[in-house]
Amino acid sequence: MATSTNRFVHRTNAIDRLGRTVVYEGDLLRHPVYTRFLHWMVGIFFFLALLSGFGIYLPWIFRFFTPLFGGGAMTRSLHPWFGLGFVIFFGLQALNWLQVMRWTPSDTRWMKRIKSYVRNEEAMEPADVGFFNAGQKMQFWEIVGGCIAYAITGVIMWFPEIFGRVAVAISYVIHDISALVMLFGIFFHIYLSTFGEPHTIQAMTRGTVSEAWAWTHHPAWYKDMTGRDPYEAMEEERQRLDQINIASRGWVPPEQAALSPQPPPTGKDASLPSRTKSWKFWKK
Amino acid sequence: MGDRTTLQIQQISAHPGPIAGEGMQRQEQVCKLIDTTTCIGCKACEVACVEWNDMPFQNTMFDNTYQTMPDTNWNYWNLIKFNESEHSDGSFAWLMRKHQCMHCADPGCLRACPSDGAIVQYANGIVDFQQENCIGCQFCVSGCPFNIPKFNPSTKKVYKCTLCSDRVSAGLEPACIKSCPTGCLHFGTKDDMKAMAEKRATQLRDVSGFAGAGVYDPDTIGGTHVIYVLHDVTKPEKYGNLPAKPRIPLSFTIWKSVFKPIGLFGAMLGFVGVVMHYVFEGPRREQPAPPIKQIDPPPPPAGKEN
Repeated sequence: MATSTNRFVHRTNAIDRLGRTVVYEGDLLRHPVYTRFLHWMVGIFFFLALLSGFGIYLPWIFRFFTPLFGGGAMTRSLHPWFGLGFVIFFGLQALNWLQVMRWTPSDTRWMKRIKSYVRNEEAMEPADVGFFNAGQKMQFWEIVGGCIAYAITGVIMWFPEIFGRVAVAISYVIHDISALVMLFGIFFHIYLSTFGEPHTIQAMTRGTVSEAWAWTHHPAWYKDMTGRDPYEAMEEERQRLDQINIASRGWVPPEQAALSPQPPPTGKDASLPSRTKSWKFWKK
Repeated sequence: MGDRTTLQIQQISAHPGPIAGEGMQRQEQVCKLIDTTTCIGCKACEVACVEWNDMPFQNTMFDNTYQTMPDTNWNYWNLIKFNESEHSDGSFAWLMRKHQCMHCADPGCLRACPSDGAIVQYANGIVDFQQENCIGCQFCVSGCPFNIPKFNPSTKKVYKCTLCSDRVSAGLEPACIKSCPTGCLHFGTKDDMKAMAEKRATQLRDVSGFAGAGVYDPDTIGGTHVIYVLHDVTKPEKYGNLPAKPRIPLSFTIWKSVFKPIGLFGAMLGFVGVVMHYVFEGPRREQPAPPIKQIDPPPPPAGKEN
């Protein structure tokens, strides 16, 4: 399969120099300080805008959010400023990631197999998944579109005396829909970066990921960073771990146990020779 | 709030649950009748409104008409609009209309308002703003077909005519009615005012030669609690942008009451989705994962492996 990957090219700037990213042996640098700074600023403003917006969106459910911001009138006057922060910092992030977020043919292929991604059918991602996969890119471009919608409709509602009655009535619906789509998306974003794909969040906290994480979730990026084939690297690591297990506690890998002259183990384990669900499918 | 004994609440903006006291007391629908055909534009009602509501006097603004200022203001709720109108035969008419809140039966401001209790409608039909609950979003301005609510940028609250709810609750007529020297303003029950208006309109049609005379009580918003007798009810726009068919934007009716909760439910399905994914499919681990001891349910029969 052709490997065409978007490369994240970053020139160190002043904010990078304010911080520090330690890359330990066996880890790879994923997000520099500048990216992480922007991400968390976007995150802070997103939740401030979301919670203050909830209180205005459906006060008969979310009236308990408005006291957090000093009451209804204060919530209303702060919400546009939170939104402005969100749009500005996400705009900077969009410029930061513009190149690496370009849509490629491999992303189209990824979208076609999204069902097997959701069903966890392959242990490892296809070889052409680069720095970001198509799902991440889709969410990114949705937020770009949402930010444009937020900015336009938000300014209209911020200064209604300039734009008039009908513009406000339309803007308010578009603003709501954009918020609902982003709210829907944020659950996937948080889930996949924490519970759904463990150890992902450290890419945004300390900026580094393990090589195992890289070859599992972003094989083409791994190859780009290390020059090694991700599947061979994984297989090597597997054998290394097997050796440790064999040496330390006399453990026999299931494949070898099946080939050995000893009587096969009894019980349920005998019918379960595979280690992973089906990663070889992608190795060809 | 001494007016609770006489002003029963019928609707509250953005309010969850039932409305306390609803239906407890029989209340007549009140109505203000404005006969534009006998208005002389004296502005006594403007002064009475400012006086009764203790609002500061405004600088007038001369723009080549007798109108006090171009539009109502957050502290100027009642304005006579002076409109010059030319008939098809070249003759001239001077149309004067007392412009204030119409107290709609289906108020666009109340529909649009996202703040619990900032706008209430009393059982007698008066629509009143409660500024202590106002959050200053100005959606009511967008929801109003008559451009009535006015924003005060320094207090970040919206104000409008109260139909002198304080006077009405005490059994008095509104201040503007009391001040009118020609008797073009009347106040009473909606039924009485409607009958009086129709009678006057008939008189204008039959006796005074105004063939198009009629009563302005637009049913697109369920009628209003301020009704006009107009010389020509087919062209209310001539009276300073009085809309023939006032409407509340659909975004404040269908979107706000129906699709907002549905949309929120849809967005929360994302949360349900990820929780269920974790429960049914589990996380994606870095490879190599530890050897699998058991998969439940068991894998498909031999031959399909890998």
